[in-house]
Amino acid sequence: MLTWSLGFLILMVKLGAVLLFLLLAAAYLVWLERKFLARLQVRYGPNRAGKYGLLQPIADMIKMLTKEDTIPEGADRVIFLLAPAVVTVTALLMFAVIPFGGDLSFLGKRIPMVIADLNIGLLFVFALSSLGVYGIALGGWASNSKYSLLGGIRGAAQMISYELSLGLSLVPVVMLAGSFSLVDIVRAQEAYPFILVQPLAFVIFVISAMAESKRIPFDLPEAENELGAGYHTEYSGIRFGLFFLGEYVNMQVLGALVAVLFLGGWSGPFLSGPAWFCIKILVVALVMIWIRGTLPRLRYDQLMALGWKVLIPLALVNIVVTGAVILI
Amino acid sequence: MTLYTCLFYVLAVAIVTTTGIAITQRNLVHAVIYLVFSFFGSALLFYLLGAPLLAALEVIVYAGAIMVLFLFIIMMVKMESIEERMPPLGQWLPAVLCGILYLALGAVVVYTAPGSEFPLQTAMATPVELGKYLFQRHWLSIEIVSLLLLVAIIGALHLGKRKETGGTEEP
Repeated sequence: MLTWSLGFLILMVKLGAVLLFLLLAAAYLVWLERKFLARLQVRYGPNRAGKYGLLQPIADMIKMLTKEDTIPEGADRVIFLLAPAVVTVTALLMFAVIPFGGDLSFLGKRIPMVIADLNIGLLFVFALSSLGVYGIALGGWASNSKYSLLGGIRGAAQMISYELSLGLSLVPVVMLAGSFSLVDIVRAQEAYPFILVQPLAFVIFVISAMAESKRIPFDLPEAENELGAGYHTEYSGIRFGLFFLGEYVNMQVLGALVAVLFLGGWSGPFLSGPAWFCIKILVVALVMIWIRGTLPRLRYDQLMALGWKVLIPLALVNIVVTGAVILI
Repeated sequence: MTLYTCLFYVLAVAIVTTTGIAITQRNLVHAVIYLVFSFFGSALLFYLLGAPLLAALEVIVYAGAIMVLFLFIIMMVKMESIEERMPPLGQWLPAVLCGILYLALGAVVVYTAPGSEFPLQTAMATPVELGKYLFQRHWLSIEIVSLLLLVAIIGALHLGKRKETGGTEEP
């Protein structure tokens, strides 16, 4: 009974710590993005609230929490109210299988630095990311506005298309590691990170993951100058905040996945595991912001052509080549 | 009754209810959402039976991909409310016949081999073992099924392709 309650306590502590970290990091990722983007565009960025605008995320949060929560006339109430939660919850849950450090010893017990080491970990992530589509599509549909509907439809089409290349690009990684478990995948990279042997898979994964998280240059579902704000045009207050939070948590999950699958996860010299893990996430996030500051938005046909005619065939070729190399 | 049995019945009731609502619901988007819940319930059932891989695949393929496509089509083709009418007799007869056949087969299967003595051994295996089992023992049927899917894709491509004469270039 004591072991059981201790295990439960440890699990709760881990859950709380991860949740707190994710939410705080999401808030400051917004700050970082605004600051870095401003620098890329020769502006100052937020610099009024606190030193270097460091209190800006808190001010934004208070604003979102206190704003009126409006529901448009003719909206499908229940779906409209629940859709933002779907986006955030699926993004947060993905972190359950991501390992953020090596095993820790505490009171003679081995504590793995992951919430749940499933032997289908990678598939769990895919399952959640494919469920996240519903938040976008249904949120857009339930708003009863043509811009939102268009955004929702675009989001559904885009995410379905890029999910394929996302999944296919990771098949070689699973083949090399011989396991779906993210912990095992990190362990398999002790000698060298997979980015060295799978550069093509890395590129395909990063491109499709950016499309999955709907960031510039793949932000067609919310394309401001065509659709207002796309699927979240009609949302206000904290429900808009949840969409926003979902996007930034998604960005962290993406960074974490890139780190775990291609950059050797928590391993690195001198620093502790979680520190290396955070650094790797931060680097991926900064590169994504950099890409956002550099590239214009794709056209819809370019988006579809890139996904279906370039990334998916390349990923398939990569699988065949990797398989052949492993066999030889 | 153990905890697992309780969970099983809760899930089973949830699956049957959501499927029933999905069939009878007039609002198509709501029907899709109920069907997603139903697939999600089936995935949990697989998990309960000790087959996490099948559970994950059920969510990825059915709840995640196929139902999103359904939703996509429903949202693209803005359907006006369907008028209430019964389907013609020509459609009823095959449906009833198939239903009776299915029920009879199901009853025969349940009575001759309830299957309670066979645990789902392959399903309970790890992904590695399931993959080996599938691709070592049943590789031919997998190839046949994938060929069938390829034929379906080519057929869909042929049907969806616009005729050369007239029509604009952009799809």
